[in-house]
Amino acid sequence: MSLVAAALSLGALGALLSGLLRGRPGAGFFAGLLACAVGAGAGLDLLLRGETAGVLIPWSPPFGALAFGADPLSSFFLVCVYVVGGLSLLYARGYFPRARAGAALAWMNLLIAAMAVVVIARDAITFLVGWEVMFATSWLLVTFDDEDAEARAAGFTYLVASHAGVVLVLILFGLLARHAGSLRFDAFVAAGAPPGGLATLCFATALAGFATKAGLWPVHGWLPQAHPAAPSPVSALLSGVMIKLGIYGLLRTLTFLGPPPAAWGLALLAIGGLSALAGVLLAIAQHDLKRLLAYHSVENVGIIALGIGVGILGQATHAPAVVWAGYAGALLHTLNHGLFKGLLFQAAGAVGTNAGSRDLEKLGGLLRRMPATGALFLIGAVAISGLPPLNGFVSEWLVYLAALREGMLAAERGTAAASLVVVPLLALVGGLAAACFVKVFGVAFLGEPRTPGAAAAREAAGPMRAAMALGAVACVAIGIAPRAALRLVAGPAAALSGTAIVSADQSLAAGLRAIPLSVALLVACTLALLAARRWLLRGRAVGAAPTWDCGYVQATPRMQYTAASFASPVLDPFEGLLSVQAHREDPQGYFPSAARDERHIGDPGEALVRRVLRAIVFTLSPLRALQRGPVQLYLLYVFLALLALLLWQVPS
Amino acid sequence: MSALSGLAVQVVLLTVLPPLLPGLIGRVKSWMAGRSGPSLLQPYRDLFRLLHKGAVYSRTVTWVFVAGPAVSLAATFLAGLLLPLASSRAPLAFSGDLILFVALMGLGRFLMMAAALDTGSSFEGMAASREAAFSALAEPALLLVLTTLAVASGELSLSGILGGLGSLPAVTPARLLAAGALGAVLLAENARIPIDDPATHLELTMVHEGMILDHSGPDLAAIEYAAAMKLFVTSALLAAVIAPGLAARPPAFAAGALVVAVVVGLVESATARLRLPRVKQFLVGASALGAVALAAALFARGTP
Repeated sequence: MSLVAAALSLGALGALLSGLLRGRPGAGFFAGLLACAVGAGAGLDLLLRGETAGVLIPWSPPFGALAFGADPLSSFFLVCVYVVGGLSLLYARGYFPRARAGAALAWMNLLIAAMAVVVIARDAITFLVGWEVMFATSWLLVTFDDEDAEARAAGFTYLVASHAGVVLVLILFGLLARHAGSLRFDAFVAAGAPPGGLATLCFATALAGFATKAGLWPVHGWLPQAHPAAPSPVSALLSGVMIKLGIYGLLRTLTFLGPPPAAWGLALLAIGGLSALAGVLLAIAQHDLKRLLAYHSVENVGIIALGIGVGILGQATHAPAVVWAGYAGALLHTLNHGLFKGLLFQAAGAVGTNAGSRDLEKLGGLLRRMPATGALFLIGAVAISGLPPLNGFVSEWLVYLAALREGMLAAERGTAAASLVVVPLLALVGGLAAACFVKVFGVAFLGEPRTPGAAAAREAAGPMRAAMALGAVACVAIGIAPRAALRLVAGPAAALSGTAIVSADQSLAAGLRAIPLSVALLVACTLALLAARRWLLRGRAVGAAPTWDCGYVQATPRMQYTAASFASPVLDPFEGLLSVQAHREDPQGYFPSAARDERHIGDPGEALVRRVLRAIVFTLSPLRALQRGPVQLYLLYVFLALLALLLWQVPS
Repeated sequence: MSALSGLAVQVVLLTVLPPLLPGLIGRVKSWMAGRSGPSLLQPYRDLFRLLHKGAVYSRTVTWVFVAGPAVSLAATFLAGLLLPLASSRAPLAFSGDLILFVALMGLGRFLMMAAALDTGSSFEGMAASREAAFSALAEPALLLVLTTLAVASGELSLSGILGGLGSLPAVTPARLLAAGALGAVLLAENARIPIDDPATHLELTMVHEGMILDHSGPDLAAIEYAAAMKLFVTSALLAAVIAPGLAARPPAFAAGALVVAVVVGLVESATARLRLPRVKQFLVGASALGAVALAAALFARGTP
């Protein structure tokens, strides 16, 4: 715990140094990096020792002491925060021009420290302080390019969404505090599970409040606006860890509420399934690289919610193997998504600055010009598609397995096997994600450059490449050593499921042993085939020619398949689910002069939220009469309020 | 049979037999059309010929173009090692390997689509896009079938499932429906009529063939070999689902796969290729069939 405190102080020092020494960002950067290294080490140490630690910092009223502590769940998220945070700082070192680095690093250091405070907070006030500092610093980073109108608009949406969420979190803590008679988290636990109705109310409030931060459908609307507007190291930080703290909040609340009923699991399955599907479908429709990645965050948070939902179902049906696989899958996917989404956002940032655009239709041929960034992006793309031999496969495999086991147990017991819906749904989402990332990688990095900007692209700077490479190494490591990775989530998963670690679970262990073997065989076979190919082609005629275009040799880069064309048939079967606006002008006459076919794919979830907001604004519009403008009027309001309070207090 | 000899038989079956299947399909189609057709061994000769050729590479391509065929072949081979061809427990079997089976197919496809886009050709881009669209719809159908079989047999590994099915009645609604859905997936995954025509000569209508327009020599051999191996693996799976007790009996398993190939040849002779917009209906239909199969399997086990 003292190491965590050291990490926090170093982070604050880093923020201070970068803020004060604007011209020399080095000092703040190194302090921040050291903070992340210490914090990640401390979290890892606490996690692997399975230790629960706590400190109480005396604090004068109003609400008593500030309580901090780390149990396995906190330690796990601490590792996520500091690992992804450190990689983002490293990347930021190469990303920001010297003149702007100071301010950005100051806020990033503070943001990382605030996220760490959120996960080690042990009472509602500390939690909320961390939560709001986290919001404020991330808001400053989202609007970092404040001369850009889009960034300002995104900042406003983020402001509103975040506050709507935090109001619900306040209500949640109010409900829990009334039940427990204290704002301390250990009091929440000690007070025992609230009665059924109150528990469900708490769960619903927590879900609604934390879903906004996590970016679950349909309250994800701020996410595809804010993440692309932020500078890329910040996008990596926001998508990689900050939204996961919404998941942390939900999981932390679950520990207060006692054994969950199956209905909560079903609610999470429904929301998670909708998020996963809506996220991936909307991602396919995007052409802005960072916006596309932001929608994939909605998808992946949905997958995490599916894992938690299956875990809850398992708890309700008393199936420890299901619970453990479900929670472990969800938690591991949280870490994995931080790693590969951080990597992908960082690569997207390198493309945006070095190739002049984030619009897929203006890129192409970047793998030749940015070989390291391209190869690392491919690793991230395969990982996020849930394919072996990388980490995304391991966590999705756990979620699949949990869902299948739960379904089969239900079949044996003759109860409804709702969790089986997860299996084809995950398969569909995985297939669509693969289609989307083939599109991105193929159109941006392969083929010929479509614009002079893409043709002139150069490789990313050293620190940026280093950060991406470290992220990619972590993705590969978890993919080839899933048993070691599961040791990270074993503690928190066991804590959540309320059972001891299912180390005796032979079938899971067998799978975790077989996956590395399969991966090794896969790599060995591929290398052998490549060696055989080289041997066969030795001394033979190997020619180079233009791409075969059916006898049409004057092909230009403009004739390449576009991202929009690639996405069209993939999205076609799902058009009924999305609100598609088509503008079409067919060619007319023998000598057509104009024709066009435009499609704008809207987000039905966002439309739904907009409608609700409009209804709220309409209902509350009579209150506008109170806002007249003259200062005297507001002084009158203050006076009246004071008078009312006085009259209310006098009788007692 | 000891584990080692079982592994050896499995590897031999998996490497030697696959090219026979496209040969058999071609022969069946020729007979149905009243021609005598090429030799059954023609695919072996084609592979031999390609392996002895040089290659021509587009000036646009990168290492991804070369990695595609190699990874695709390696992933298909590994997927084959998950089937209990030679012993009751496949060499790589573990609880939950059915997910790995599907994911390995996905990995091969991912890199093949990337390799197609690597050329910058719009024909290959179009083919890759169609492949992506079809496979995204075929994957849930395949997993629905595997889930149905898992529920029916109470097992979570392909070896356990195919072994467990042997002790169940051969004709149940769940099993018949699952076999039907799996048959549809087989046609889609292997680019057969009515999804895709392997014999088409028009680039605009190609799917699988369109993606490999620029590959030549040993790379093309790897692709053709991987396609044959995938056909063999999926046919063997279908055969084992329909006929119980094929597992762990190599000759019977091989014969079952060959019978499936004959049926594929008959289907290809009797049907025309679907229009592209119809293909997705076909695949959604396969998923629906799989869902009904799953419901039937759950119902059979007493779940409402």
